[in-house]
Amino acid sequence: MIEKALTGSSRYWIWISFLLAVIGVGFIFYLKQLSYGLGITGLSRDVSWGLYISQFTFLVGVAASAVMLVIPYYLHDYKKFGKIVILGEFLAVAAVNMCLLFLLVDMGQPMRALNIFLYPTPNSIIFWDAVALNGYLLLNIVIGWTTLESERYSAPPPRWVKPLIYLSIPWAVSIHTVTAFLYAGLPGRHFWLTAVMAARFLASAFAGGPALLIILSMIVRRLSKFDPGREPIQAISKIVTYAMLANVFFFLLEVFTAFYSGIPGHKHPFQYLFVGLEGHGKLVPLMWLSVILAAAALILLVNPNTRKNEKTLLAACAAVFVSLWIDKGFGLIVGGFVPNPFERVTEYWPTLAEALITLGVWAIGILILTVLYKVAVSVREETAGADTEH
Amino acid sequence: MHDAGKIIPGLIIFAAIVTFPFYYNMGKAVARPEPKLDTPAIQELKEKQCVESKEFMRANHMHLLNQWRDAVVRDGNNVYMGLGGKKYTMSLQNTCMKCHSNKKNFCDSCHKYVAVRPYCWDCHIAPKESKL
Amino acid sequence: MSIDRRQFLKIAGISALGAGTAAANLIWKNSLEAIQAAPAEEGLTAKKWAMVIDMRKLKTEEDYKKITDACHSIHNVPDFGNPKDEVKWIWTDTYEHAFPGQENEYLPEAIKEKPFPLLCNHCENPPCVRVCPTQATFKRQDGIVMQDEHRCIGCRFCMAACPFGARSFNYRDPRPFIKEKNPEYPTRTKGVVEKCTFCTERLVKGLMPACAEKSNGAIAFGDLKDPNSEVRKLLSANYTIRRKQELGTQPSVFYIIGGSEK
Repeated sequence: MIEKALTGSSRYWIWISFLLAVIGVGFIFYLKQLSYGLGITGLSRDVSWGLYISQFTFLVGVAASAVMLVIPYYLHDYKKFGKIVILGEFLAVAAVNMCLLFLLVDMGQPMRALNIFLYPTPNSIIFWDAVALNGYLLLNIVIGWTTLESERYSAPPPRWVKPLIYLSIPWAVSIHTVTAFLYAGLPGRHFWLTAVMAARFLASAFAGGPALLIILSMIVRRLSKFDPGREPIQAISKIVTYAMLANVFFFLLEVFTAFYSGIPGHKHPFQYLFVGLEGHGKLVPLMWLSVILAAAALILLVNPNTRKNEKTLLAACAAVFVSLWIDKGFGLIVGGFVPNPFERVTEYWPTLAEALITLGVWAIGILILTVLYKVAVSVREETAGADTEH
Repeated sequence: MHDAGKIIPGLIIFAAIVTFPFYYNMGKAVARPEPKLDTPAIQELKEKQCVESKEFMRANHMHLLNQWRDAVVRDGNNVYMGLGGKKYTMSLQNTCMKCHSNKKNFCDSCHKYVAVRPYCWDCHIAPKESKL
Repeated sequence: MSIDRRQFLKIAGISALGAGTAAANLIWKNSLEAIQAAPAEEGLTAKKWAMVIDMRKLKTEEDYKKITDACHSIHNVPDFGNPKDEVKWIWTDTYEHAFPGQENEYLPEAIKEKPFPLLCNHCENPPCVRVCPTQATFKRQDGIVMQDEHRCIGCRFCMAACPFGARSFNYRDPRPFIKEKNPEYPTRTKGVVEKCTFCTERLVKGLMPACAEKSNGAIAFGDLKDPNSEVRKLLSANYTIRRKQELGTQPSVFYIIGGSEK
């Protein structure tokens, strides 16, 4: 089926070339990082993780969110997701690839990356994360590809795929839980040391991922003859609404615990992020932008009229995505390091090189997504009219 | 065969690129390296003998060094029982290179010949050498 | 002969598997039998190394400088001259920042202003070891938390996990920033994490850690499990505190704070 990605309109090829150019720029800066070291980034002794790891964290959520389509379709036989579930699975593939690449570009000695498997260390959460992510990647490639291929030949998917699909459901939950455990088990980092972290991660994932999926579905509909349909998009929008409400709720729980208990270490990261601490407040405008976008998105999502209107729904989904990207794809990681465990404030801001490398990895992910979606859409266009249910 | 006009030239170009190192280096045999043992420390030794036999060291020094590294850093063992029960402190900088103070004519001459670049020297400090 | 795509993929797959197995075989075979190694006879040993820092005996700026300089010069610790890339094994900070949460505004001025030497605590229950994905950092039998820079992949999980800021990452090549290299000790390379090792390389030679040696008796080092050791005597005769005891990592570095004496 891959040959379907090799033929396309000139618009398709311009888009591919654009992505390749961005990847190229990112790659050049990555080579520079390899020779100079991670000092090329804004990271420091006090803030030792930054943009790379926060992108990784955010994208694990995007990957896990495919399960929000898989569960209704395969467990509850919600047939209307039949057309769209493949978009979720392929989005997961692209997202996991980006996760693994972000882990790689964050390593000081990437040529030793396989040490994780040469010296397997079960007490390290990174070991489990590497296993979980690679497993999830494999599951989604196999499931997505096989179901799409059988659809192409109008045959039911082979029977062995079903157990894999069922396995992918707890697996999706596990990748994000394990990712939350990277943070939630560290003594001395008050912002992360919270039992609600994994739950908050899942809630934000199930809001942000499906919001992105709605945006992607609308793009696919505009660019191709394949229409995911109004109803599945409406169904997903409800998932986004509830998950976003849960996410905001969990966040407010954190704020309550920190400020009602009055424990300084718990309050400081929130103060740093939202009002600034000891005169340092680089992230304050961004964090408030995130809050405003979240509030605006919830107003549009909770109100049935604006949710049912696809134009306002699209705006709401974009707001959800950007808001969560700021909150989880940036603030969450930096907030864990500022102030440091000795109550000193060292700020962090990514450098240009770091931003371009990050963009490069995103471009690789988008390229993978484009190719996979191109295949899926071409198959759909081919079988248009044929019964897509299986 | 379809597209023979594209496939056959493609194959020829592919083969040309893959075999490039062979015909590029044809007839340019590089002299076999002769690691030098003429350092002052070695000259002074009564019995010119490394921690193991020459043959063993030639074949296995890299594995031995890996084991020394793990023994010292990970197990906290610093003494190595060498040939004939002789004891040595396991240290690249303070044992190996004290005798083989001529890194360029000893280590590098072979490593260059076989095109390996051990990353030992990224951290470990090579002895000062007067002549280049 | 004609094969279809399926057959071709099958053959290709099996060949790749075969080649992979052969390569793996080659790698595994290429290691020696266990070598004959032993600990050095003159080396100092303990069941559990620990340190007691007597703040009463650290007085002048010179006292502190001697300690940090000794450590940093013999261990080839670079000086980048900026806090972003900074690498340090032993350093100082004020009481408020060394023991956050234990300060109050009515402490004697002398204590408020006094610099406290800080270093890796070699915890009994080290979070850095727990999180390391490659066992590059590990706890030795004698309680020393060691760092194997050969194996470190530079993920910096240990830095996020350490509540004491004891770990430094080489954000760039440290070599040009070492004023005078000690030829008997390695430097580090970019991309790995490093920290204090309680001077394991000196202990095997029968020497005390450099900071203890240069401290004029302010830093005692010894076996926590030996009731007759100097550290135990100090601990039973003085009130001591450790950093962030509430986290349960059980630091092996103790501080005698003393009163307001200058």
